[in-house]
Amino acid sequence: MTGTLAAIGAGLAVIGAGIGIGNIGSKAMEAIARQPEVVGDIRSNMILMAALIEGAALIAIILSIFVK
Amino acid sequence: MSKFVAILKKRYKRIIRMKKFVVPFICLFVIMANTFIVEGAETHTGESENATHNHDECSCHHEEKYDPGASAFHHIADANAFHLFGDYYLPLPCLLYSPGKGFTFLMSNAFDMHHHGSGTKAIDGYVMVHGSVMRVKQEGFPMDGEVEVSCYTEKEAADGKMSYQVVYEEKCYDLDKKTSYDGGIMGGGVTSFYDFGITKNVFTMILAFLILFFLFRKAAVSYITRKGQAPKGVQAVIEPLFEFIRNEVAIPFLGSKYEKYLPYLMSIFFFILGLNLIGQLPFFPGSGNVTGNLSVTLVLAVIAALITNFSGNKHYWQHVFNMPGVPLPIKFILTPVELLGLFIKPMTLMLRLFANITAGHIVIIIFVSLIFIFGQAGENLGGSILGGVMAVPLTLFMMAIELLVAFVQAFVFCILTASYIGAAIEEHHEHH
Repeated sequence: MTGTLAAIGAGLAVIGAGIGIGNIGSKAMEAIARQPEVVGDIRSNMILMAALIEGAALIAIILSIFVK
Repeated sequence: MSKFVAILKKRYKRIIRMKKFVVPFICLFVIMANTFIVEGAETHTGESENATHNHDECSCHHEEKYDPGASAFHHIADANAFHLFGDYYLPLPCLLYSPGKGFTFLMSNAFDMHHHGSGTKAIDGYVMVHGSVMRVKQEGFPMDGEVEVSCYTEKEAADGKMSYQVVYEEKCYDLDKKTSYDGGIMGGGVTSFYDFGITKNVFTMILAFLILFFLFRKAAVSYITRKGQAPKGVQAVIEPLFEFIRNEVAIPFLGSKYEKYLPYLMSIFFFILGLNLIGQLPFFPGSGNVTGNLSVTLVLAVIAALITNFSGNKHYWQHVFNMPGVPLPIKFILTPVELLGLFIKPMTLMLRLFANITAGHIVIIIFVSLIFIFGQAGENLGGSILGGVMAVPLTLFMMAIELLVAFVQAFVFCILTASYIGAAIEEHHEHH
């Protein structure tokens, strides 16, 4: 039973991260379309922000897997 | 009609071009699947020797079951012997220490490993179980010299934790947990012995270090010998990566002081990238899951935290302990949060790399396991073929993703470290 709950927790964490990274991606695309000359800056910042969100999600996933 | 033929020719050319990439991938997969099938067959005959859970009388008997989860964790774990193929292992030196007994030095082939990395000999109370050295903790086992043991069994404790037992002269003896290079975080815990030997991960790290050393040496030499000429060979591979990290990571985040931190950022980027790529190889020189090991990423994160905090200036510490421009009551909340942040930042650094690499490896292993799941561990040939048909494209896809992840995670580790250091050494602040 704990395994199932852990899987649900991991799934919820992924939903949150998915929404967050999706927002980052969409806004970055808009920004690039508006100002194509700063595409390099936008891209590295996009990856940085996505990595930060991913970090929070991964902590949740690790906790849900190892701390049953 | 001729137009149609032209289109067809173009398509065909594209397929031919793709072949260049697809063929090596399929070869890679076949080799990997091969090692797996050999191991799967061992699972079938050897590893599944389980003993009856009777404390007085203990014997080995067969149990036919394939557990993909356990298999995945076994394959990403660190080991004291490097599995080559079949029953052949590259012996690695084990330097074992236990209080009261002192040091024991031996090569791991002394355990005479067979099925799935389990040894048939016990030396000074040490045994080799699934590729890692463990020590007998129960009384009555001969703790000196070499004895033959029959097999290893798993015992489930009252709290559901699994532990191993060794069967010697038809009796079961409890084994201590595997010594923890993971610092006990992955369920290792403190053990009665310490392993200072060169394990698979250490071997892979030394390999990565040597490869990087020779690549960079070659690139550095070519800057002298080919002065004024366009970069070529190794130099042409290293230079764009180097320039990319310097121009996209170091200079934007660290500003004018970037040269001081550039060597650290470069070493961390190329070390992680090299280990990620070596870990991608499914056979001998590769297959060491180093960046997917919590203890390795822990050390990388601790180094990053130390460098960040030791290079922190007055403003940085002021923002931690006494945030300017904030009312006093808020400071009581803000300071603990900032203090926690000092530890959470390196922790996310550690977990991000670990989880990304581990997740990729586990998914690949689970996909390959489809062959055994559908084939019922070798009993059902049709199922195995169906599993193989599903496993090949999925594994190819996952390996391509992992190749991307290998670069992205090295880059992300580097850029986040740079941003933390950049925040710590930032000179002037405009307070609003």
